[in-house]
Amino acid sequence: MIEKSLKELSQALAAKKISSVELTQLYLDRITRFNPQLNAFVTVNADKSLAAARAADQRIAQGNAGPLTGIPVAQKDIFCAEGWLTTCGSKMLSNFVSPYDATVIERMERGAGLVSLGKTNMDEFAMGSSNETSFFGPVKNPWDQERVPGGSSGGSAAAVAARLAPVATGTDTGGSIRQPAALCNLTGLKPTYGVVSRYGMIAFASSLDQAGPMGRSAEDCALLLNTMAGFDERDSTSLERPAEDYARDLDKPLDGLKIGLPKEFFGDGCDPEVMAAVRAAIAEYEKLGAKVVEVSLPNSHLAVAAYYVIAPAEASSNLSRFDGVRYGYRAPEYGDLNDMYCKTRAQGFGAEVKRRILIGTYVLSHGYYDAYYLQAQRIRRLIADDFAAAFKECDVILGPTSPGTAFKLGEKASDPVQMYLSDIYTIAVNLAGLPGMSVPCGFAKGLPVGLQLIGSYFSEARLLNVAHRYQQATDWHRRAPAGLE
Amino acid sequence: MSLTLEQVQRIAHLARIEVSESEARTTQGQLNNIFQLIEEMQAVDTKGVEPMAHAQDVSQRLREDKATEPNRREAYQAVSPEVEAGLFLVPKVIE
Repeated sequence: MIEKSLKELSQALAAKKISSVELTQLYLDRITRFNPQLNAFVTVNADKSLAAARAADQRIAQGNAGPLTGIPVAQKDIFCAEGWLTTCGSKMLSNFVSPYDATVIERMERGAGLVSLGKTNMDEFAMGSSNETSFFGPVKNPWDQERVPGGSSGGSAAAVAARLAPVATGTDTGGSIRQPAALCNLTGLKPTYGVVSRYGMIAFASSLDQAGPMGRSAEDCALLLNTMAGFDERDSTSLERPAEDYARDLDKPLDGLKIGLPKEFFGDGCDPEVMAAVRAAIAEYEKLGAKVVEVSLPNSHLAVAAYYVIAPAEASSNLSRFDGVRYGYRAPEYGDLNDMYCKTRAQGFGAEVKRRILIGTYVLSHGYYDAYYLQAQRIRRLIADDFAAAFKECDVILGPTSPGTAFKLGEKASDPVQMYLSDIYTIAVNLAGLPGMSVPCGFAKGLPVGLQLIGSYFSEARLLNVAHRYQQATDWHRRAPAGLE
Repeated sequence: MSLTLEQVQRIAHLARIEVSESEARTTQGQLNNIFQLIEEMQAVDTKGVEPMAHAQDVSQRLREDKATEPNRREAYQAVSPEVEAGLFLVPKVIE
């Protein structure tokens, strides 16, 4: 049962071969058994999950079920969910029971009838690439429990990889869906900026944040994205577009597909074994009828620098709301109002979050705004223009998702700059606002390797098609970590 | 560019985050490493390039100026550290 696709689970539910309550209980039991070692979930509430499963079973019995009604899902703890503890991986929100639902939660659970299994661990306020900045402790990679699962959606990645959930939500500001997907052998998609509503998704860097699906296959991701995406008037950056079926093109042949290989992604700085797996995937695509062309993204080496101005600047503004007044943590002892703010924020935020708030405060402060924030936004335009030029030569861009495989817990934790560089291939995609995916494409020393696919704006269905055809021809995505049966 | 200890303390004050002197020293080193990474950007000539805030050239949507949300004050105040009579309590601001 735990290896079945969403489509197969949906068919089993429709045929009454299993009920949603049984399926939910099966996953809750696995969470009870394996979560203590993996720390993928920070909150589980069996009563709430089973109540939702019963409601789903009723919908199925009444014949008004949608394609994913009754399917369990793990929700990243960045999404506000009414009545659920919603912590964003932070002490600051460690007591916050959300009084309302994010649009993503509303659509998936109240609308489509998916059943939440709980809230997954994550880097604090989604700031991190290893899940080690979480107030609730690191998540272990199911492929090697001495290693990180990636981040910031590390709990969601570990949960799906360990089969503690069939599918999960993630969010991606600089690679936070794609990098953990790569490190845990999953398929993950960051949609075009503006496709999925950010309402109720705790903000990190508002001009970059985008939610998306994480699963075991492109097909599962397409079906989940169908329940997440769509215009929402409550998010002022949500794009008004007609609804799409993201699974509509999955089976289209790839004959004539032009794949662009940016020469900047195939130079130094990538683990040679990772590169070998990516090269083998390219050969597989050629067998499937694709043509390969070289393209160039000449400004991509500036992406990390621009990102570490823009993201902290926006974060310093967004996180100013955590002041100990309306919700969340408040320091137990303080003097005047200013002291209450300063102590609350000193105690409630972890080291990485504080660093980024300080960078952001500095680059936005009087006299530095033009040199940093505006300069970064101009470089952002150059990066987006590079992609636009490249997409004149090709349909999709392909390269590695991450320069290495999962690293050891603690290996990069003390060196922020090293940690930031693990996102060198993913960050440019967020700056440009493009859709990007990670797809399993092999192993290096027993650890999963991810292939990144980048498309032009609103090409999610095409990307999913390109990933799905590859997954029909290969079985990397079906491999599961050992020892969790 | 290199931040001084005083600058780090000044930024922390602006951000309303209390830092001890030893924390400020550690932070100073880390921030300067990060700024070294960021400096790479400064050499790039961006004259005439329009800053980009959103990938699509969209403008802010406007809506009619009328209340659309129900009043849920009690639910929203239930998660506050301290409330009284429908008000959020903070230390006295004006003597």
